[in-house]
Order: sequence, then C-alpha cells, then structure tokens
Amino acid sequence: MATEFHNLQELRHSASLANKVFLQRDYSDGTTCRFQTKFPSELESRIERPLFEDTVKRLNTYYAEAEKMGGQSYLEGCLACATAYLIFLCMETRYEKVLKKIGRYIQEQNEKIYAPRGLLITDPIERGMRVIEISIYEDRGSSGSCSGSSSTSGSSAR
Amino acid sequence: MLHLRVAEPMRECEYSQISTRSSTPMETPYKKRTPKRRKWQAFPGRNKFYCNGRIMMARQTGVFYLTLVLILVTSGLFFAFDCPFLSMQITPAIPVIGGVLFVFVLGTLFRTSFSDPGVLPRATPDEAADLERQIDVANGSSSGYRPPPRTREVVINGQTVKLKYCFTCKIFRPPRASHCSLCDNCVERFDHHCPWVGNCVGKRNYRFFYMFILSLSFLTIFIFAFVITHVILRSHRYGFLNTLKDSPASVLEVVVCFFSVWSIVGLSGFHTYLISSNQTTNEDIKGSWSSKRGKGNYNPYSYGNIFTNCCAALCGPLPPSLIDRRGFVQLDTPQSIPPTNGITMYGSTQSQSHMAAATPLLQSEPVILTDEAFLPGRTSLGGPCSGALPLGGHPTPPTSTPNLSCDNDMLPLRNEQSDGLRHHHTDGGHHHFLTPEEAPSPPGMLPCGSPLGHSHTIQGFYNPASQDSLHEDSVRGLVKLSSV
Repeated sequence: MATEFHNLQELRHSASLANKVFLQRDYSDGTTCRFQTKFPSELESRIERPLFEDTVKRLNTYYAEAEKMGGQSYLEGCLACATAYLIFLCMETRYEKVLKKIGRYIQEQNEKIYAPRGLLITDPIERGMRVIEISIYEDRGSSGSCSGSSSTSGSSAR
Repeated sequence: MLHLRVAEPMRECEYSQISTRSSTPMETPYKKRTPKRRKWQAFPGRNKFYCNGRIMMARQTGVFYLTLVLILVTSGLFFAFDCPFLSMQITPAIPVIGGVLFVFVLGTLFRTSFSDPGVLPRATPDEAADLERQIDVANGSSSGYRPPPRTREVVINGQTVKLKYCFTCKIFRPPRASHCSLCDNCVERFDHHCPWVGNCVGKRNYRFFYMFILSLSFLTIFIFAFVITHVILRSHRYGFLNTLKDSPASVLEVVVCFFSVWSIVGLSGFHTYLISSNQTTNEDIKGSWSSKRGKGNYNPYSYGNIFTNCCAALCGPLPPSLIDRRGFVQLDTPQSIPPTNGITMYGSTQSQSHMAAATPLLQSEPVILTDEAFLPGRTSLGGPCSGALPLGGHPTPPTSTPNLSCDNDMLPLRNEQSDGLRHHHTDGGHHHFLTPEEAPSPPGMLPCGSPLGHSHTIQGFYNPASQDSLHEDSVRGLVKLSSV
C-alpha cells in the first residue's frame, strides 16, 4: 500500500491535471456494459497501445462476467426472491463482488502502468458507468500542452 | 474536504495531512466548517428521499398512500370480519395463506416504491464538455438557428437503434433508457412512471413491480372469492340480510375487489406479455418493435424464447444503484491548466465511492462547487427515519419552479415523439405515465453553466447558507440565456 500512495502522491505534487479523455460506452451488443476500445489520439504519446487496449478489454470481460446470465445468477435471483431479498443484508450480490474486483484491478493498473506515465483511470462506477475517464497529468513546470514532457513527468514520478 | 481520496471516506482525516502541501490561507477555515453532505441532498432530480437517503421516491406520493390504504383496509377487514368464520367453517389455512400473500404484496410494494429504479446520474461538466466538442466536430459550423437533432445510431443485433441526447442530463441515453419528466431523471430500461407505487419503474425495480401486481392479483382474487364464500355460507344459515348486518365490511371488500380485479389482473397479464417478449411499456406503446413499422422490424433485445426472456427479467443479476445516494459529496478542485475546450473552468463534483478506486488527484486550491444550474432543492429530512413515512406536509423544494422553467426553455418543441407524449394507457384504471422524449433545443442552451461559473467563483466556497444565492444566480443565468 505504501508504494501505491508514494507514486500517486508524487504524481499529485509534481504534476497537475491537463486534460481528460473519455471512453464512451459501446452499445453494439445491446444494453450490456461494454466500453469502446478505440485508442484515443491524446494518449498516443503517453502509453503504448497494446497496454491500453489490454486494460479496456479486461474491464469489458469483468463487466460481462458481472452481467452474465447463467445458472449462478438465476440461483442467486431465486434464492433472493425466496428470502424476500433479506439475504442481501448478509451477503452481497455477484455484481457487487465483481465491481469490487474491478475497483481493485483499476487501482492496480493505475499503480503499475498509468501513474508512472502521468495518467489516471477513474472507475466507471463513479461516473455512472457512462464513461471510462482517463486523466492526463502534466509536469507542473511545463507549459500547458498535452503532448511532450511525458517522459519527464514519468521519470519524476518514479 | 478539498482532498480526493483513494480509499474509503472513513480514512479521510488520515490523508488530509499528506495531501495539504501548499496551504492557502482559505484552506484552514474551510476545513473546519465543511458540512458533511450526502449525495442525496445534492441530487439534481425531482425525487424525495427518506431515512437519510435509504428510501427514494417520486415527488408526488399521494396516490401511493391511497394504494397502501386500500390494500391495508381491505385486507384488514378481511382478516377481522371474514377470516374467523372461514377458518372455523372451512379451514384455518385460509387466513394463513391470506397472510402470506398480504405480507408478500406489501414487501414487493415497498421494494418497488422505495428503491432506485435505475437512475442514470447526470454527466459531470468535463464529460458534458467533451461530448459537446465531439458533437460540434461532427456537425461542423452551426447552420441556422437550430442544429440537427443530436442522435447517434448504433446497430444492435442487426437492428438500427437511435440513441438520443438528453439535454437535462447531458448524456447520450443508453438504448431503452428514457427521461422521466416527472422525476426529471434518465432511467435505464424505463418502463413507465407509476403513480400508484409513487416511483418510476425501470431496470432495477421492474421485477419487484411485476411481483407486486402478480401477488396483488392473487390477493384480490383470493379475498374476493372467500368473501363471497363467506357471504353465501352465512346467508344459508342466517339469511342474507342478517349476514349483511353481521358483516357489513364484506360488502365494502367485495366492491373494492371487484373493481380492482379487472385492472390488476389485466395489468398482470399485460406485463406478463411484455416480459415474455422482453419489451418495456414505453416500447410497446410506441410500437418500436412492432411489425407494422416495417418488414424487417424486430426486437433486438429479445432472447428468442419466452423462458429466457422471463428468466432474464425476473431472475437476472440485479445491478447496483449508480447514484450512490448515501455517499458523501466530494468537492473537487478546478484544473490548474485549463483544458483545450475552455468550458470547464469550474471543478467537477467528484463522487466518492465505497470502492477503493483511484480518483484523479488535483491541487488543493479553493473549491468551486458547480451544479450546472440544477441546484439541490429537495426535502432534506435529515436524521433517522421515524419508522413511518411522513404523511403529507412536505415543504416544496424551492428549486422546483426554476427546474420547470429550465425544462420549458429546453423543450420548446415536440417533434417526432409526440405520440408518446403523456399517453394515458388506461387499463381499467391503472395509469401509465409515459414521458415525452426530449426534443432538441436551440443552441446556447447547453453551456448554461459557463456564465454561472463566474458567479460561482465569486461566491467562493460551498456554503449551505449561500445556496440560495447560488440558486438565484443560476436562475438569472438561465433567464439571460433563454432570451438569446
């Protein structure tokens, strides 16, 4: 835990928010939760494309897992109905469990991959599952341009 | 607090020491007098919250109390007057089954009425600005007074679906979502606004609504049948007039049940059909997927067979509430370097979640609270729930009028969806209030927050006492814009 704050803390002190990129939802599969995997142009100089796409694809799989309708979810639904939904006072739904897993995954990704590059991913649940918000940080000393100076901010954060 | 958290709210004080590096003179007093506000108190929709945010209902709850009274009185009379005779003459299982049904009906009713139907939280200013920029790029220079309607097309399962832009919530509505004008919220998988349960019926409470009307049908038929049985049996023994004298409540029960049966049973049948074909009331009434619209028109959300559709609607995973009403409002700081679009001069209200996700960390600078002209104005009944719902006497939210005026400004025209406007689907007395789809509005309505940004900065920090003055400014700002 100490490492995580160290990185993010350093990020906070040495960098300031320059821009935010939003990854919108992909509704081509219906109402299930999926995010577009299109690589935003603002991140081109910041992060390698495979890393980014991997993160988004992984998030999409987690959300698909949460909303999957299979035997387990039906069982949970019937059990909940039978107990008049009181069972959720003691245990959490599968969806909530997966959301927690997603939260941990995002935090881990931020620590390992995104913070060193001056980026930060916001958990979509905090944005009503509408977008994945990626904040781009600039080194405080630099001018307000998006591109460039990524290496300096990255190295200072390390 | 000014500082953004990486972990739960309980550990707030721990981090304040770490994050405050550059202490501005205004910070220390701000830290002391920041009131802890929960998100439901700052909720922009027209909802009422009780029990410190645990219960969420629509504004007009009068009809809900009527429903409750009808159910309680009829069942109460049944248990008091008819059950003793029936349990002795026929079987004591009758009051038991009646009791179980009664409890189930109330449970599902409360669950439907009090839970979040699937409200979509409104876009943060940054998101709204980003979308605006994308739309401007797509449309090019605005030609004429009114730009083309903001829609996005997406192909779902081979069917082209149009996603409409919601001017109130500043988002592109997901498929099957709709904006309820009564509650002023976008609701996922919007079915209808039901005044009888005092809430919208959407993705998260549809199954409870269905179980409510189904169990109520059974209860109504049950009571009706057994009251008739009671009257007949008693009449054989004591005569009809004596029966009416001994048990006058039975007449009332029969009358109530007789009129309810048609509407409730009819409604249950209708919703059974909707569930089996995986449609919402909204879609069915508009005929979105009916074959009359075109040869190739079909419902892209249906799973193909009735069983899967039913299972999906009733036993599928229950998504959690997206609005996090009991979380604490986290006040954000503005960006030190203005972004390229320049609209987001004020900070966005970051929402704090119970999950340990990393939120963007910003400098500790004076906070500017923005609420995009939809300032909070609900009946904040703070404190613990008294155990019973307050019956009437709620103070009217002060911002109700400005909300309406803003809406009126934004919805000057009703175009293609006018047939869905306030469609009273009377199914023997049960009214479905459908919401009109929001029509596109003239340009200049969207950045209604920008002139307010200045007034907000002058106001300074968020202060509940200055809320009214902020509200004044927002109204003035809107009035100025509408005259453009």
